[in-house]
Amino acid sequence: MFDLYTRRRFINGFNLTVSVLATVFGLFWLVWLLWTLLRQGLPWINLDVLTQPTPPPGSAGGLANAIVGSLMMTAMGTVIGTPMGILAGTYLSEFGRGSKMAPVVRFVNDILLSAPSIILGVFIYEVVVVTMGHFSGWAGALALALIVLPVVVRTTEDMLRLVPDTLREAAAALGAPQWKVIIMIVYRAARAGILTGVMLAVARISGETAPLLFTALNNQFWSSTLNEPIANLPVVIFQFAMSPYDDWQHLAWAGALLITFSILFLNILARVLLRTRQSSY
Amino acid sequence: MVAPGGSAQTIGRMQRGVLLDRLFRVATRFFAGMVLVVIIAIMVSLLIGAWPAIQKFGVGFLWSTEWNPVTDQFGAAVAIFGTLATSLLAMIIGIPVSFGIALFITELSPRWLKRPIGIAVELLAAIPSIIYGMWGLFVFAPLFADHAQPWLTDHLGDWPVIGNLFQGPPMGIGMFTAGLILAIMVIPFMTAVMRDVFEIVPPVLKESAYGLGATTWEVVRHVVLPYTKVGVMGGVMLGLGRALGETMAVTFVIGNAHSISSSLFMPGNTISSTLANEFTEAVGQMYTSSLIALGLILFFITFLVLALAKLMLLRLTAREGQRT
Repeated sequence: MFDLYTRRRFINGFNLTVSVLATVFGLFWLVWLLWTLLRQGLPWINLDVLTQPTPPPGSAGGLANAIVGSLMMTAMGTVIGTPMGILAGTYLSEFGRGSKMAPVVRFVNDILLSAPSIILGVFIYEVVVVTMGHFSGWAGALALALIVLPVVVRTTEDMLRLVPDTLREAAAALGAPQWKVIIMIVYRAARAGILTGVMLAVARISGETAPLLFTALNNQFWSSTLNEPIANLPVVIFQFAMSPYDDWQHLAWAGALLITFSILFLNILARVLLRTRQSSY
Repeated sequence: MVAPGGSAQTIGRMQRGVLLDRLFRVATRFFAGMVLVVIIAIMVSLLIGAWPAIQKFGVGFLWSTEWNPVTDQFGAAVAIFGTLATSLLAMIIGIPVSFGIALFITELSPRWLKRPIGIAVELLAAIPSIIYGMWGLFVFAPLFADHAQPWLTDHLGDWPVIGNLFQGPPMGIGMFTAGLILAIMVIPFMTAVMRDVFEIVPPVLKESAYGLGATTWEVVRHVVLPYTKVGVMGGVMLGLGRALGETMAVTFVIGNAHSISSSLFMPGNTISSTLANEFTEAVGQMYTSSLIALGLILFFITFLVLALAKLMLLRLTAREGQRT
């Protein structure tokens, strides 16, 4: 019997099954990716990876200089991008209400948020590398700061908006000037949220490769200054993975495992943080 | 009565407060303006860098398929084609899947499962692009070449119109693999937007449809989708913007060949992969300038797509604002 009712029920059941399958399809790749990383990377994780510098092909070594370089550039990128982002986000949420500038900034910021990161690399190459005359860790850090900026602007604005206006009004009624209200009341109430945004930004830039290819370049040796080309994990992984040498490829997998799990850890931590904060209200 | 000294102190404090207020306001405004400055600076610097190439090749740069560093002749057609083709493929695979996941999370999933699945899908977005690339090249491509590709060529290769798409040697890498990996990478972005817009549908609308005896699918098809149409389109555009600019994953698996092929199994090139592969090795002003011109084109396309996405999402929220 193919009456209308049966057909409707059938279409419903079919489409909902497809929806469940789509979810399984999405999660399937996540599991496969993580499993691949564990299988390919875990055998090569050892103390040398963390303590030895990158080797020439054919000899033993680790990723220490790349890890240090990545940490330095990530730290600098975050330190440069975060304050700018927080202040810009503050403007959007606190001062920009009803202004003509705020919607434009918000619009452009959202575009910057999704803009191809390789374009930011080309931009920094043009502005910094060409001007300085050589590739440098600073150029890499600046390119990363440009990725941090829109993420922090966005989360800061969102989080400040969650702070109820009554809090601001109560503080203002006690005679506090606006800067005091914002710094001592609003920031404090939104602290966990802003921190989450920064953590997500750090997670995002730790794996970025494209903007570093022609800003920080790479360096086979130890380098502790950002003034010269500096080794960094993503570019080393890229170079080693594409190489024909077995031990370089093993190091690439080890690095890939390290970087992915640190990023996933940061992401999950950020979400846990945000959740405890939200449920406390 | 306030002591004279005390009143002066109070006034001084107030003045300082006013001054600091102004300072703080100016500082936040300055950095908000910085966001605008950055995007304008990107545009200007790309334009300056690309100028020699623009002057030499003119508009013809857009449809010339030449890419020859030796004779200094460059054209963007191959890279533009690759970028659009892989992104289109990513959309064809990604849109239905994202829709399915968003539907599952908002309408079907038991309450306790919503959050874990949401997070799992978001983690897919957190995995760095380079990891997708390595996995695609070393794990997915060999399996695909050995098992799926010959079958596809045998069974679909003879079909009249689409047959050509599936012809070619089973190499594993190429446009199809790039498109599939792009799809996996943009699914989280599209899913997140779709889930969010599905959730703003007023429950009373859905409940009235259920009350009339509609099935879950009919509610989604005739109530949720029409209500959120603009938002869903915005999410799709956002995903498209991401797919167009994705670099590292594509660089690993696209095969880097400067040729346009009618087959999805042949290697190709995208704007971003060309930049990643050749930028540091480019010698000569014209070569670098042509690469920057490619970057300018990419920036222009993604800017348009993302602006459109944003406008669509704004329209949905504006309507939401009017309703309440």
